[in-house]
Amino acid sequence: MSAPVHPRSAPTAPGRAIGADLPRVDARAKVTGTATYAFEYPVPHPAYLHPVQATIARGRLTRIDTTAAEALDGVRAVLWHGNAPRLRATDNAELAVLQSDQVFYRGQVVAAVIADTPEAARQAARLVRLDYDQQPHDVDLSPHRGDLYAPKDDHDQGDLEAAMAGAEHALDATYTTPMLHATPIEPHTTTAVWDDSGLTLYESTQGAHFARQELAPLLDLDPQRIQIIAPYVGGGFGSKGPLHAPTVLTVLAARAMFGRPVKLALTRRHMFDQVGYRSPTIQRIRLAANAQGRLSGIGMDATVQTARLAEFIEEATGPTESMYAAPHRHIALRAAELDAAVPGWIRGPGQCPGMFGPEVAMDELAQACGLDPIDLRLRNDPDHDPATGKPFSSRNLAACLREGARRFGWHDRDPAPGTRLVQGWYVGTGVAASRYPVVPPAGPSEATVRHLHDGHYEVHIGAADIGTGAWTVLTQIAADALGAGVQDVQVRIGDTALPEASVAGGSTGTMSWGSTIVAAARAFRDRHGTAPAPGAEASAPLPDNPATEQFAMAAFGAQFAEVHIHADTGEIRVPRLLGAFAAGRIINPRTARSQLIGGMTMGLSMALHEQSIMDPRFGHVVNCDLAEYHIATNADVADIQAHWIDEEDPHVNPLGAKGIGEIGIVGTAAAVANAAHHATGVRVRDLPLTLDHFLG
Amino acid sequence: MIPFDYQRAQTPAAAAAAVAAHPRAAFLGGGTNLVDRMKLGVATPELLVDITHLDLDRIEELPDGTVRIGANVRNSDLAAHPLIRHRYPALSQALLSGASGQLRNTATTGGNLLQRTRCVYFQDTTTPCNKREPGSGCSALEGYTRYHALLGASEHCVATHPSDMAVAMSALDAVVTVQSPHGRRRIPLAELHRLPGDHPEHDTVLDHGDLITAVELPPSAMAARSRYRKVRDRASYAFALVSAAVALDLDGDHISDLRIALGGLAHKPWRALRAEEELRGGPATQEHFRAAAQAELAAARPLKGNAFKTDLARTTLASTLSDLAAPGPRHEEQR
Ligand SMILES: Cc1cc2nc3c(=O)[nH]c(=O)nc-3n(C[C@H](O)[C@H](O)[C@H](O)COP(=O)(O)OP(=O)(O)OC[C@H]3O[C@@H](n4cnc5c(N)ncnc54)[C@H](O)[C@@H]3O)c2cc1C
Ligand code: SF4
Repeated sequence: MSAPVHPRSAPTAPGRAIGADLPRVDARAKVTGTATYAFEYPVPHPAYLHPVQATIARGRLTRIDTTAAEALDGVRAVLWHGNAPRLRATDNAELAVLQSDQVFYRGQVVAAVIADTPEAARQAARLVRLDYDQQPHDVDLSPHRGDLYAPKDDHDQGDLEAAMAGAEHALDATYTTPMLHATPIEPHTTTAVWDDSGLTLYESTQGAHFARQELAPLLDLDPQRIQIIAPYVGGGFGSKGPLHAPTVLTVLAARAMFGRPVKLALTRRHMFDQVGYRSPTIQRIRLAANAQGRLSGIGMDATVQTARLAEFIEEATGPTESMYAAPHRHIALRAAELDAAVPGWIRGPGQCPGMFGPEVAMDELAQACGLDPIDLRLRNDPDHDPATGKPFSSRNLAACLREGARRFGWHDRDPAPGTRLVQGWYVGTGVAASRYPVVPPAGPSEATVRHLHDGHYEVHIGAADIGTGAWTVLTQIAADALGAGVQDVQVRIGDTALPEASVAGGSTGTMSWGSTIVAAARAFRDRHGTAPAPGAEASAPLPDNPATEQFAMAAFGAQFAEVHIHADTGEIRVPRLLGAFAAGRIINPRTARSQLIGGMTMGLSMALHEQSIMDPRFGHVVNCDLAEYHIATNADVADIQAHWIDEEDPHVNPLGAKGIGEIGIVGTAAAVANAAHHATGVRVRDLPLTLDHFLG
Repeated sequence: MIPFDYQRAQTPAAAAAAVAAHPRAAFLGGGTNLVDRMKLGVATPELLVDITHLDLDRIEELPDGTVRIGANVRNSDLAAHPLIRHRYPALSQALLSGASGQLRNTATTGGNLLQRTRCVYFQDTTTPCNKREPGSGCSALEGYTRYHALLGASEHCVATHPSDMAVAMSALDAVVTVQSPHGRRRIPLAELHRLPGDHPEHDTVLDHGDLITAVELPPSAMAARSRYRKVRDRASYAFALVSAAVALDLDGDHISDLRIALGGLAHKPWRALRAEEELRGGPATQEHFRAAAQAELAAARPLKGNAFKTDLARTTLASTLSDLAAPGPRHEEQR
């Protein structure tokens, strides 16, 4: 089975597709339920898999008794480290599933049941008896641990201590963001078939080629013998970017069942310990400023956690390096290696939590200086990237702040906190800046353009649409690049049978796949002219962009929040969120708005609700379902608006487009926290902003 | 999930007999709680007796004005019924504040009353829990207790009962009718659920095989002036941190009678008898409301993770009382 083809879109005139408010080309397939997701692929006579998880956080398995599990009707096999197929390259220990008796965290997969039904597999998994040699575990994150290490070089410039000592206004405060989980609505699912033709995976992934590239050496298999098919993905939020253990587990099971397909769909609870999470962050922020609010010193000491099993670093200091300039800066990241699950990509890794402390600190500083928080940011808006000294390809933070302020109605804001009580609710407004860097795509990309007949084209690229709108915007980009209408272009994505493409991550998809398609279209015209024969074809890789060496590149934004806090109970509501963004050329206003609003909604959710509760005694997250791990509901989301300013960036790429997938979530929580302070006078430095912060 | 048998009961008596006859049998209502627990391995029934086809799905007014709610009436239907909305608004509000639209469409009155605690350790078979496995210990005592009890808990269990509906019913003097294998009986709703004491494994006073057939709401003038106020961690679709169901009968500025039940604070809907007593016959003033709330919460024994709920319960109760006494715009709930 290969990537699906959608019905033709509503027509656009040649060369007019980019910027058109085109409905999603995959919308009909999705709303009619005909879009097939990984678990749903009809394979003959599938077996089902259920993992068995460690119930200790550190130690060694001394005995596994599978007798009762194997005796159950319908059970085909119980895999564990003693009988599981061997993996080859296991440098990423997270993926070395069932290869040893070591337990690195509670919830780690230590065995798995393969059965004829998911129910039998699940029941049998409970019957597998495990004995351990248990050792004391340690999951306590603290900036005062003796064993913290520096995963990257510190950024030091001038003398921050002296700047703090000599400053008219000095702020030194600590902010925290909790552990967070990505929780896409489609769980991580894999359907694996290993037979004589090789390995076929129907996989819920943000990057089919990326997954294949990780799997091939692990299995010591020629990549050409692995096909990964992923046309539709029900959300990933980073957690389906890199490969995680459950996929490898399913592949091992398919190997063990050679010839018989095996399916795995994680339960919601599995998704709290199998597929990564955002590390909690502890952020000490120091700001030194003169009476006019000009920053003389900036400090950030961030502490994050990684896992004893494998390293993943939440680069929470990233944004501070490039956000504001000062002669004296000290930026340092420290990590603790804990007996916990391996953290991973989720929704703006590093950027999102890393903007919370600094952007709340800016609000505190504005208050201390008696300045409007927008004014403070404008006064400190640098004209060169403070991290590298390079000029920006474009930086329109100031324009976003001004445009957002105008639309939000900021101008007549009374700065005094805690003074507006309306019908029992304290009312406040707040602002914060957003930024998301243009990062290099994770992996190469190539596209192929093929002329079918009479000006109808197919464009092939192994890209992923995880609900973002990639199907649609790539169709628009291809149409313009070929001088055709969108109705004449069919894009095929989501399959390793197509040319290789980078992972959907880091907000790079549209930029890198789009630029690749533009290059392929150029190559096509160069070779075949404007009257190509049927079947004419050309391919091209993503061209290098020398400008990335010369310029610092990032999208910017400003987010505004109105917050109401109940005077008696501290309940918090956000009736209004407004973001103004500068992200280069917007390819499709409909899908762009949906991305930005989606990001802001996640930011709201992070501000108000989301928090994974680690119970240190056991070493696992205890609120591991969607009744207890709160995500914003419809009732929490009121008026959310996303706007953008016209930004022309001739350097960023041939499209002039920056990523918009993640910027919407960056800064949102700070804007809400700042508004909560404006409402009540209570400064909350620890997310989420639950009502207990505002009581009494 | 372990394999189980399934039966459809023909009559309430047969249902009760069928469950009573099998020590590992359970009634199946909407299944929104039981089936979840089965998937988690927390409940392991060998026989499900489906009661949803029994003729217990009517809401009717009896000659004496009592409103009888069949045990199978779905939460959505109950919330929307005109008799409930007009005569017992707190009950309608409580139902609508619970769970989600989809769940309320499925959940039954009987199942809602007998849903089990949401304590995260109770739901996690890899951790000790006295309620799930008597004698294994209570993981919550030193653990995550945001949703746990302040009142009436024991060293063996600090769980709360999660139902909103039950809190409103408790304030409305509801009575539960029960069909047991041996006959029928009536239990005041306020006495249905128990405190954990030494036996947290028992949520209620019901015996194995007792089928709830209906809930009766006695006629009450006061109930028309009732309100349910739920304070929670998101605007919708979250269990109560604290809730208050209050019914008030005012004679001028004086309180001639009242009922208060609190949710989110105890192993059962907490009838605030102490506060009721303080207020009955007294003036309906802010000070009195606050003092009564203070008196009721004097017995609170907060845990590390839920100390804020003492304050929250006080202010929630006091402000619900004053809203009801002097309805004005001040505390209208707003987004
Ligand atoms: C995500 C989520 C959020 C929720 N949020 C809330 C909330 O905010 N507030 C709230 O109040 N509730 C909430 N609930 C719980 C919901 O209200 C209950 O699941 C529901 O009311 C149970 O009703 P049911 O008919 O489905 O019960 P079932 O699951 O069928 O049964 C529950 C129990 O009662 C027994 N039983 C059922 N009927 C009878 C009877 N007639 N006689 C004797 N025993 C019986 C069953 O054997 C079982 O043990 C939530 C549930 C979920 C899953
Ligand atoms: S509070 Fe009760 S339900 Fe929760 S762990 Fe303790 S005994 Fe179990």
